[in-house]
Amino acid sequence: MSRTLEILSCGPAVTVQDMGRPGYLAQGLTRGGAADTLALHEGAALLGQPEQYAALEMVGMGGTFRAGADLRIALTGAPMTAMIDDAPVAWNASHPLPAGATLKIGGARSGTYGYLNVGGGIDTPEMMGARGAHLSAGLGAALTGGDALPIGPDKGSSTGMTLPADDRFVGGRIRITASMQTKHFDTETRERFGTTSFRRDARGNRMGVRMDHDGAPFVAEGQLTILSDVIVPGDIQIAGDGAPFVLMCECQTTGGYPRIGTVLPCDMARVAQAPAGAALSFEFVSLDEARTLEQRANAARAALGSNITALLRDPHSIRDLLSYQLISGVISATTNPFALEE
Amino acid sequence: MAEPVQIRAVGLAGLLVQFADTMSEPANRAAIAFRAAVEAEDWPEVRETSTSLVSTFISVDLVTTAPEGITEKLNALLATQDWHSAPLPAGRTLWEIPTLYGTDAAPQLEEAAQAAGVSPETAIAELSSARVRVLTIGFAPGQPYTGELPPHWDIPRQQALTKSVPAGALVVAIRQLIIFTNASPTGWRHVGQTAFRTFRPKDDHPIALAPGDELRFASVTAAEYARIVERDTSGNGGAQRQVLA
Repeated sequence: MSRTLEILSCGPAVTVQDMGRPGYLAQGLTRGGAADTLALHEGAALLGQPEQYAALEMVGMGGTFRAGADLRIALTGAPMTAMIDDAPVAWNASHPLPAGATLKIGGARSGTYGYLNVGGGIDTPEMMGARGAHLSAGLGAALTGGDALPIGPDKGSSTGMTLPADDRFVGGRIRITASMQTKHFDTETRERFGTTSFRRDARGNRMGVRMDHDGAPFVAEGQLTILSDVIVPGDIQIAGDGAPFVLMCECQTTGGYPRIGTVLPCDMARVAQAPAGAALSFEFVSLDEARTLEQRANAARAALGSNITALLRDPHSIRDLLSYQLISGVISATTNPFALEE
Repeated sequence: MAEPVQIRAVGLAGLLVQFADTMSEPANRAAIAFRAAVEAEDWPEVRETSTSLVSTFISVDLVTTAPEGITEKLNALLATQDWHSAPLPAGRTLWEIPTLYGTDAAPQLEEAAQAAGVSPETAIAELSSARVRVLTIGFAPGQPYTGELPPHWDIPRQQALTKSVPAGALVVAIRQLIIFTNASPTGWRHVGQTAFRTFRPKDDHPIALAPGDELRFASVTAAEYARIVERDTSGNGGAQRQVLA
């Protein structure tokens, strides 16, 4: 059998993603890559391999996959229901996926972006130095049933490992720092921005996420005369109607709408993962404080490997089975506890 | 008299050197020249650089690099010359790109001409003879913002967006012309259609244009344009290129 992962069917927004494609800003191409890069770090830690390896990013729902050879997988990011050959398996954990075995990944239980990491990484050809699809630029494409993904040689062998669950899948407080146009917003507007409660609008994707709020729009002085300038992911752009958009990994490289601030890189996964309707708020921190917070996040990411524990029992699937019992009154070993939408 | 140059932090992603608050030809030249100078310095903390209309972005990880040190280096480099009078980069290319003006292929020519206060015939004559420069590449991969056209082409963007213009569309507003990389909604007016592909992902050189390159959008008939579309496999859309001395 060949070292592939075959896609039998999948949701509409499943793509190969990695750490992205730096170096093309001057040519109009943003970095792209995984919307939640921490999930790739977690997958790499669980499989004991470099975080540069490419994985599958699944928006909202996964799909059905078949191993073409003995593979190892790690499931990270937004927790989704998952089964290997009809047996529930834990999220945020590594598992063996033997040749011929079928992996079914259903809908997200919280959060937005789930990741299927594979031992050896997904080994599709590089496009401009990386494997990640950048759909807004026209690089790569969403995957569909029938695709077979080549998998690289796997140097590791351990499975059955897990990481503690994270809380970044439900919205919450987002730390931001000043950007080059923050001064165009007066003190009162900036303070109001920091005390306003926002909801993640359903209009959100890898390019940007719109935030809804009650109350007056946020307006910059000289809003219409601000010259188009560089954009970086995390920038909070105030659109013409006064609603903020957090620009994400696949955003454009330049823009003329004013930006009130920029999200700290360590809080970008929380923005990306917030499901539609989730409550979010923004808190300004100084550049010094931002550096300290980010250094702390870098250290935590580097130490992920030391938080890995053996998956002795599977508390997630046990909890799930109990909840199914509460709902249906019956536990069936054969009934699929979730249904994939066609 | 040149405006004061400002250095600002762009979150934790790097520093921006702004040569003006509004679009000006010397400030655009300054941004392009300063970027080349930063690249030549080859400072280890600089990840990549880019230019917008009148600014140079220096991507630096401000988490691991203190902003003060790199700001000092940038200030020292800024002090070495008057960047607003810097020459254009060497080895630029002049592109002559066949363009079908008006017709159903580019339905807003008449509207744009009216906004500029000229007849459609004069608009075609002016736009097809103007030699414009790539001011910056941005928004989408390889997408050029070119200018500047004569002052009467300082026409505003439309209030309501055009739902979609195709890839290769030549659009106009604020004394600038853009060739769209991908089909896109836009507030700019669609005055011409080219078969020029600004982004060719499978090529060894996926991005055709660079800031400083010059362009002329020569007018061709619908029949000539159709022949170009039929024959072209390179993405050049029949464009002729010439290296400027």
